[in-house]
Amino acid sequence: MTGAGKYWRVALGAIVIAGLIVVPANFNRYGLFILSQWAVMTIAAMGLNLTLGYAGQVSLAQGAFVGIGAYAAAIMTSQGMPLIAALGVAVVLCFSVGWILGYPALRVQHHYLAFVTLAFSTLAFLVFRNEDWLTKGIYGISNIPRPNIFGFATNRPLPFYYVCLGSLGIVSVMVWWLIRSPWGRAFLALRENPIRALSLGIDTRRYTLMAFAIGSALGGVAGALYAPLTQYVDPVPFNLSLSLDLLMMVIVGGAGFFFGPFLGAMIAVLLPEWLRFTEGYYLMLYAIAVILLLIYSPTGILGILDRSLAERRTKIASARRAVAASKLETAP
Amino acid sequence: MTAVLEVTSIRKRFGGITAVDGVSFDVHEGEILGLIGPNGCGKSTLFNCILGQLTPSGGEVKVDGKVVTGFRPSDLNRLGVSRTFQLLQVFPKLSVRENLILAGQEHQGNMMSRLFGPSDAGLTDAADQMIGFFKLDHLASEAAGGLSYGQQKLLDAAMAFMGGPRLVLLDEPAGGVNLTMLADLKERLAAINREKRATFVVIEHNMEFVMSLCSRVMVMAEGRVLAVGKPDEVRANPAVIEAYLGH
Repeated sequence: MTGAGKYWRVALGAIVIAGLIVVPANFNRYGLFILSQWAVMTIAAMGLNLTLGYAGQVSLAQGAFVGIGAYAAAIMTSQGMPLIAALGVAVVLCFSVGWILGYPALRVQHHYLAFVTLAFSTLAFLVFRNEDWLTKGIYGISNIPRPNIFGFATNRPLPFYYVCLGSLGIVSVMVWWLIRSPWGRAFLALRENPIRALSLGIDTRRYTLMAFAIGSALGGVAGALYAPLTQYVDPVPFNLSLSLDLLMMVIVGGAGFFFGPFLGAMIAVLLPEWLRFTEGYYLMLYAIAVILLLIYSPTGILGILDRSLAERRTKIASARRAVAASKLETAP
Repeated sequence: MTAVLEVTSIRKRFGGITAVDGVSFDVHEGEILGLIGPNGCGKSTLFNCILGQLTPSGGEVKVDGKVVTGFRPSDLNRLGVSRTFQLLQVFPKLSVRENLILAGQEHQGNMMSRLFGPSDAGLTDAADQMIGFFKLDHLASEAAGGLSYGQQKLLDAAMAFMGGPRLVLLDEPAGGVNLTMLADLKERLAAINREKRATFVVIEHNMEFVMSLCSRVMVMAEGRVLAVGKPDEVRANPAVIEAYLGH
């Protein structure tokens, strides 16, 4: 990447972040709810992107982890405990359960693994629905309070939007650090060629479990924000379709790309609003768009961008090589 | 001389076929042992049994006197046993430098330092040295998938040396490499062997390469050891000639 390109990227990033902070100040209640939902779903999708996009382990259970996080937050904060404690519990719980769910991945891969995680997803849904003593079953938990942060109440939509956005910021920095660390490289090796990775001393077993555990923990973080966002939690939002939605966000945005989940969650959360004028046809249009995208670019929207950048780089490099070759020929 | 690798009656059966049938041999420190034999005689299976990629049906493997039979490849690698593959096994999307850092990173620090420490695990300099040593300087930042076959083969070999191994098992390093690059590769391997006292076992079909690089040669046929000795002795052995040329 050239120096000028880097400045442009930093400038673009600063504009987007400033925009996300300033522009929503004028939004109405509903607009802020949608945008907060985008931030929360992006966190969950980032977790899945780590497991699926970077480490290559298929999971259809991310929605269940959002559910575990949401119920942890709902139960604890309605007992008067602070959200930050609930967040800690959600992270530890999802990390541990995710670690255990990683064990099948050591034995089975691809669609077989998808089926194992799908079974877990169904199991979690049944627990949410049937264990009335803990989750209040189909009636759900209502009046979930929003937190006080450093003495500021975040009951109103705008302050709570900033809670979601701030959380997204923190999670983004952590995930960015993780994927550029040697761990990120090991995850990639795990996805691309596990046999070679093993022969280079990479403990693929430990990294596979870690990829599951960390990805699931981020699902828990998203859930712990989801509960105070909607202020009402029942089992329905955490059924299999949420896992499928999150999978779609990762794949449409671009699996294995850092910004994929941001884009994917934007399309999944905002597109229904923009396509509202089409009335009943929204799902059909969305389905057609996704099918066309996956035919044209199986690596998602960022995959298209990545391909065109790579093409440009190759062109520049071969032009340079041609110049170097002609100099070599004309040299005395 | 101490034996770096001791293999005792290793056996590997796949159903009714015995691919490796009671092979025993020692490799001493600083030695380059050539392993030759007709296709399908069990050379690569033997490698995979030694390296833990396959579980042997019987027998024992010792590295530096320690029994390592059934160890996982990653544990063996961290004990200083490294390998290259018959088919190319570089990471095509990573750059040459990143491939080398990946190959060395698990030998640095622990899980925590690899998470919180520097992104390159402190290996950029070591990787660049290795790049220079294998004459890949102009390609350091290129994606490995864009390199020519021979260059990828060099990178594959370079990756095996990033962890500073004591013992390296090379599976057909010369396969598909052009003559100039082959001479380069041979010279590099000989230099590492000399300077670092690294011990090699090399599977190879290129006789010229084996005979000039190796201090001893072991010949396999139908899963058994047919002959072991100095390159000249092996070349003159009638049993070896028969195995290669047929009855």
